Amino acid sequence: MSVYLDHAASTPLRLSARSAMVDALDASGNPSSVHRHGQSARRIVEDARETLAASLGCDPIEVILTSGGTESVNLAITGLFRSRRDAEGTRTRIVLPEGEHHATLDTVLWLEKHEGAILDWIPLDSVGRVRLDLLAAALADPRDIALVTMMWANNEVGTIAPVTEVTQLAVNAGVPLHVDAIAAYGHEVIDFHAMRVATGSEPVAKKSFDNEADAIAAARKATSGLVALSLSGHKIGAVAGVGAAVVSRKVSLSPLIHGGGQQRGLRSGTQDAPAAASFAAAALESDRARESERARLTVLRDATMERILNVIPEASVQGDRVNRLDNNINVTFPGCQSDSLLYLLDEQGISVSTGSACQAGVTQASHVLLAMGNDMATASSALRITLGHTTTQEDLDTLLDALPLAHSRAHAAGLTA
Amino acid sequence: MSGGVDSAVAAARAVDAGHEVVGVHLALSRNPGTLRTGARGCCTVEDSMDAQRAANMLGIPYYVWDFSERFKTDVVDDFIAEYEAGRTPNPCMRCNEKIKFSALMEKAIALGFDAVCTGHYAKVLTDENGNLELHRASAWAKDQSYVLGVLTADQIAHSMFPLGDTPSKAEIRLEAEARGLTVAQKPDSHDICFIPDGDTKGWLDDRLGVSPGDIVDVDGKRLGGHEGTHSFTIGQRKGVGIGVPTPDGRPRFVLEVRPKTNTLVVGPKEALDLRELAGTSFTWAGIAPANPTEAFACHMQVRAHADPVPAMAQLIGDELVLTPDSPLNMVSPGQTAVIYIDTRVLGQVTIARTVSAVERVLAT
Repeated sequence: MSVYLDHAASTPLRLSARSAMVDALDASGNPSSVHRHGQSARRIVEDARETLAASLGCDPIEVILTSGGTESVNLAITGLFRSRRDAEGTRTRIVLPEGEHHATLDTVLWLEKHEGAILDWIPLDSVGRVRLDLLAAALADPRDIALVTMMWANNEVGTIAPVTEVTQLAVNAGVPLHVDAIAAYGHEVIDFHAMRVATGSEPVAKKSFDNEADAIAAARKATSGLVALSLSGHKIGAVAGVGAAVVSRKVSLSPLIHGGGQQRGLRSGTQDAPAAASFAAAALESDRARESERARLTVLRDATMERILNVIPEASVQGDRVNRLDNNINVTFPGCQSDSLLYLLDEQGISVSTGSACQAGVTQASHVLLAMGNDMATASSALRITLGHTTTQEDLDTLLDALPLAHSRAHAAGLTA
Repeated sequence: MSGGVDSAVAAARAVDAGHEVVGVHLALSRNPGTLRTGARGCCTVEDSMDAQRAANMLGIPYYVWDFSERFKTDVVDDFIAEYEAGRTPNPCMRCNEKIKFSALMEKAIALGFDAVCTGHYAKVLTDENGNLELHRASAWAKDQSYVLGVLTADQIAHSMFPLGDTPSKAEIRLEAEARGLTVAQKPDSHDICFIPDGDTKGWLDDRLGVSPGDIVDVDGKRLGGHEGTHSFTIGQRKGVGIGVPTPDGRPRFVLEVRPKTNTLVVGPKEALDLRELAGTSFTWAGIAPANPTEAFACHMQVRAHADPVPAMAQLIGDELVLTPDSPLNMVSPGQTAVIYIDTRVLGQVTIARTVSAVERVLAT
């Protein structure tokens, strides 16, 4: 029997996403071509873009389709950094919490090494929330800040960030914020414009200005706070290889990929109509099911966490118990190595995850758990179990049946390395 | 599965033999290179990908397990410490002793495995009483029983070496080719896996630094200088930079490495001859001989590819003493002597004490 419990890594392709993609495969025109073949392919892309825009609470022109979440994060962070630094050379500081995903970490480290970025790391608390007091202090003098970047929810421990509070701090400081919503999309409500209005980046209603000073002040507000989001297709049941960056129409961003100038010049290249169609279909299905799925998965999540702790009392749940993604369970097992646990469960046909694996496949200590104040042994003893649209009670029963023996064996194997 | 052809074919044969096989790649370096740059060294990311492809093709699960911390302390740090102490280490033996057939084997058994299977060229045979014995491989040139000389009976009981009876490396490559393994033509890795560019001296220089000292002859007379005793091993001739030739024009060899005084003693080749080698750190690869306190005939081998030489072995006190029939040279304390009886590996001893065959007293 095969049980899949690693939906945070990827989730099965939704049937609607598959058929949308298959249907689109026959449209052979290039969406940028002027002729009718091109126009019909273009229609598929733009239908998808509209659907995604409605799902994310932004304008269609603000949806930039990319090759996936990682590209979106790179585009948003590097794009914002470069355009802010180009406008004003002193703006080189990037403010970000610890424990971000490697798409963010590796991007900012690269910018530090090669483009003069100064990294300002904000600690997490013991459940993985960014320390708002320390973030506020970091924003106190914002003149050298290029941008703030943060995850909406942590992909490893599931903790949901105080997005509204952080956004407000960014607006007040007059600095732009990128939010990596890759793990949160499909689980939390994401409404780009609503957040901007609520925090003051945008006025409630459009208005024209009596004087230039007001117009300038409004423009500055519009480019502060939430200006960009990153999303990934396969995390919500679309095909892998498609993602989106939501980029406010008000903000300027340097592109990473140059060429034909598609998508506001922000992301050149022939657009992938079938993948876009799959993304849109997945978003629709995911949005429609979100409330009921949230209720269903929350119950399964909480019950499973309880059962694990009953069976293995010395285990600890990591991350915020309440304010956490509906599908995320993260537990550490003292005296065990996560790669042993992962192997033993895999051998029983149960797929779960650990912190992360490097390119060579070596399971490593979770940098998120370390940032939350855990020691190396604890950070190397975690299992991440994530639920999804195909998860049943039976899946979790199978996990709980296999866990005691797997745990005792892993404990016997101990901390050999 | 290192990503090399031997371990890939070994895994394939184990699958064919009906075993439930899981491929494991050992991550031994904290900073592995990404691409293989040559035949030296091992275990870059590319190597792990090669191992994964081989596992995929064989239809077996594949994992990478991190032993880099243990490897650093037990193999790499030991390597440096031995050189610092004026001895010549054998890191491959330490790795087999402490990592592959120890830490890895313990982890594997704890996780429910029965054996560790490798691509080593060696054999495990059973004697008439059902006891396990470690033997040389059929192919003399490829025999790796020497580096497995450290294995104990329990470790041998949980080992599998499917390649032991293959007559040549060429056959292994042909078999890999026939099985569709993409590593069939991958060059063998040689030298020390954690020194990928092969420059052991440079590597040690970086870690032990340069410490100039004297090169002296057997009478204690200073002949020249060196940059660090760690660059030298007993029997070495190259790199002994002395401007003054010997009176008889014959080459000088390193006779002794004295780290305490940071001195090298050099002399003629005959002065290297040893008539006795001994050590207190020894193991039996299986059943110990019945009466080791009585001298018995054997063959001893002091390097992985050295010829075995006939010798007498005897346990005297806590020392295993080896007396080669003819004097041996080019042997350094810290090296391992593996003892054979015909093709059987009887055991091994780390050489701690040597007795010169030459009747002279070296100035100290």
